[in-house]
Amino acid sequence: MLRAVAKVTAGRGDLTVLAVEGLSVSYGAIRALRDVELEAHEGMITAVLGANGAGKTTLLRTITGLVKPSAGSVRLNGTRLTGMAVEDIARVGVAHVPEGRGVIQELTVDENLRLGTLWRLGRSERRKAMEEVYGLFPLLGERRNRHASTLSGGERQMLAIGRALVSRPKVMLLDEPSLGLAPIVTAQLMAVLRDLAVSSELTVVLVEQNARSALSVAQRAVVLNLGKVVVSDDADVVAADNDLRHHYLGF
Amino acid sequence: MSRSRRLRLPTRPFPRHLLFALVAAAGFYGLTSVLSDYDNYRLGEIALYAVALAGLSVLTGMNGQISLGHGALMAVGAYTTALLMTHTQLNFVVELLAAVAVTTAMGVVVGIPATRLKGPYLAGMTLILALGLPLLADKYSATFGGDQGLSTNSPTPPGSISAYEWLTWIEILGALITLLLLANLLRSRFGRSFRAVRDDEIAASLAGIHVARTKVIAFAVSAGCAGLAGAFLGVSTGVVSTGEFPLSLSIGILAGMVLGGAGSLMGVWWGAVALVYLPDWSTSISKSFSLGNGVSAYLATIIYGVVLIVVMLLAPSGIQGGLRRGASEIKAFIRRRRGDSVTDELQESEGPAMATVGSGGPEGGWSRGEGPATERTDP
Amino acid sequence: MKLFVDVTLNGVANGMIFAAMALALVFIYRATSIVNFAQGAMGMFTTFIAFSLLDRGIGYWEAFAAALGIGLVLGALVQRVLIRPLQGKPELNPVIVTIGLLVVLEGLAGSIWGNSAKGFPPAFSQTGLTVGHTKIAFSHFDLFILGAVLTLMIATLLLFRGTSLGLRMRASAFEPEVARLLGVRVGRILTLGWALAAVAGSLAGLLVAPTASFSPYYMDLSLVFGFTAAVIGGLDSPVGALVGGLITGLCVSYVGGYLGASLQPLGALALLMVTLTARPQGIFARPEARRV
Repeated sequence: MLRAVAKVTAGRGDLTVLAVEGLSVSYGAIRALRDVELEAHEGMITAVLGANGAGKTTLLRTITGLVKPSAGSVRLNGTRLTGMAVEDIARVGVAHVPEGRGVIQELTVDENLRLGTLWRLGRSERRKAMEEVYGLFPLLGERRNRHASTLSGGERQMLAIGRALVSRPKVMLLDEPSLGLAPIVTAQLMAVLRDLAVSSELTVVLVEQNARSALSVAQRAVVLNLGKVVVSDDADVVAADNDLRHHYLGF
Repeated sequence: MSRSRRLRLPTRPFPRHLLFALVAAAGFYGLTSVLSDYDNYRLGEIALYAVALAGLSVLTGMNGQISLGHGALMAVGAYTTALLMTHTQLNFVVELLAAVAVTTAMGVVVGIPATRLKGPYLAGMTLILALGLPLLADKYSATFGGDQGLSTNSPTPPGSISAYEWLTWIEILGALITLLLLANLLRSRFGRSFRAVRDDEIAASLAGIHVARTKVIAFAVSAGCAGLAGAFLGVSTGVVSTGEFPLSLSIGILAGMVLGGAGSLMGVWWGAVALVYLPDWSTSISKSFSLGNGVSAYLATIIYGVVLIVVMLLAPSGIQGGLRRGASEIKAFIRRRRGDSVTDELQESEGPAMATVGSGGPEGGWSRGEGPATERTDP
Repeated sequence: MKLFVDVTLNGVANGMIFAAMALALVFIYRATSIVNFAQGAMGMFTTFIAFSLLDRGIGYWEAFAAALGIGLVLGALVQRVLIRPLQGKPELNPVIVTIGLLVVLEGLAGSIWGNSAKGFPPAFSQTGLTVGHTKIAFSHFDLFILGAVLTLMIATLLLFRGTSLGLRMRASAFEPEVARLLGVRVGRILTLGWALAAVAGSLAGLLVAPTASFSPYYMDLSLVFGFTAAVIGGLDSPVGALVGGLITGLCVSYVGGYLGASLQPLGALALLMVTLTARPQGIFARPEARRV
């Protein structure tokens, strides 16, 4: 039922929020990304799929400025991001939930969340935004004064996403959020993402090795292989293509 | 094609090292016979500092452990020799070897707790050693001669050779033998485990290397070198006292190693020359800029510090590293001119020393600090 | 018995100074994961500047404040010019650079102000207070030391725990990359961390100066003891710095009182080695959380 809703609203998500053009990245002699193109539209989840080492994480890290590309550009609503400092890219509205979640273990849940609000919101707004996230993830609210190290994997993922949301980003990039999570938790997670995209018109780029669950919530899918884009199409087209799935996605 | 025209060097490392050592020995012999007594004395100093630098270079460049306490270890070697000379009639070589033995044992004693420390913490601990150990000699001044110190005897030269030349020869011989042994050590299984531990302790232990034992051995070897150098220093200056081994000596040795290139046995000669001639150069610099007496006393130490800072910031692999890189650039240039394909764009690897001190790997971002103790190293 | 009391009190007073040094080291370690070996020398340098100011007739507290202020600037400068370029390089490089800085500062101080031991006037009287009928080895100046360092420690704790800036600093220290992704200007935070640590170091320099022979090397031992205090306390805890400082101060004082002053560094060394063998992470260190 929810999937049908997603498909109906897909029509209006034509505004390109994030545009990647001709992106190439090299580590010494290794070409990690070759001429990658990608568009992420408003209110849509774009899945980036591919085997290990295909360049998915490198793509995200280049978008958020942790890695400098050798060629190509990344634009957010027309503003050129390539060449900007990491923290400036974050302040323009790009929220990156990195591989491994990036939850700071030594801080409490509340502190982790507050960290996401600092640059953006005034003091009174910060608390409000944080309470909104607690409303979205009640489990976090219960554990707000506990150290992040005491959370389970799924809770940590909620925290990481909540922390990204609390700054009201324009684009959210998620790097393998399902890693290390049980299938049930992964399904819950994907449901949350889907709801967010629909309800708040959030633009999401979802890197996943678990292609099946990613394709179940995404509207668009891009498949990388050895640093190159081999497929860029609607998600259900990709999901339906058996050969493609077997060859690049392993199921 | 051009291969047959190239000089055929022995391909196996041990004979090759021996050949280099013999050629160097011949060269030095020629040098000593033409130099004046004073210059021979300086040459001897260069040789003894080369020994100390080689020891530290092996420890830091090859095994990744930093030490600010090598001056104190030199003091141990010096005092051992001086005490033996004062109280016994042993042969000179025996006294030298005793200094090496005692300092090596000291290296084991210090090396064992050192296995639990990393980077800055190890530096801190060895710093305390450098400051504290010489104070022992002050405390027990009866045995150690207090401020005056103990005096040492130069070995008597055979025939009509001057005493200076003879001592210089012994120091050069000591240096060449030390470098030869170290070079062979580094090529051996031990050397490989040194480097493996430096690069990645966990991987090394998974590969079956006993990490703690390797680190202690490296420390002991390095200490032995310092002991020999200290003994030479004591003999050449004629007196051994705490004033000869201030903190600036340990720092100077560190600076010399960094300048020459951490981990490079060839580089130690650059560092040794710098250490020996630096006081002279700084005096003449301060004279030519009329900086006054106050400054010239401190200029040498200031220069040590500047060397450490500048080399680390601009040329972390030191002189030898810079030469090596220059040589590979030239080689690549020649290959390109000849039309040979230069297939790999990868930089020629910067040499073994570069992992812990130097240019480092491609990872960006701030290095995340960890606690002072390494985990799970039981000696 | 009197010796014991005197030595203990002396140990407490010294321990507070070591705690100040340790605090500076902890500050930098928490902010940048680097141990600043020049911390003592920087404090020495700013104290010498204060001394020059005093010589020219500036009031004591003005010179005191000036030293702290110059320390702030010096710390920021050192981080920007010497430390930031080493970002991403092997861990030993900043160690060597700070050692080089230590040596340069000591040489510069010697050149500028000469090697002769001068006297640095204390802020308060250094004669022992009278408790009951006995004079104890604790003076007004020692009380000042106690107060100043406690204030510093409380201010540090408040900064780290209670403010947004403190949160940013902790995040930058624990996970600099994640902090950047959250919009924290990590570079500036690190510079600020060094600046604040330098203030603590300057304070230590000012507190030690009246009690030591005032040469360029007078902070060497304080660095060493402060380092010991920091490592014992757990290198990432301000409270640990305080406790470590007290333990080190007492230990060093007992060694000095009963065995002789020249054995004090070795006493600290022994303390360090024992702690590292028994409890390598220090007393107050939080367990190393691993990322999942």
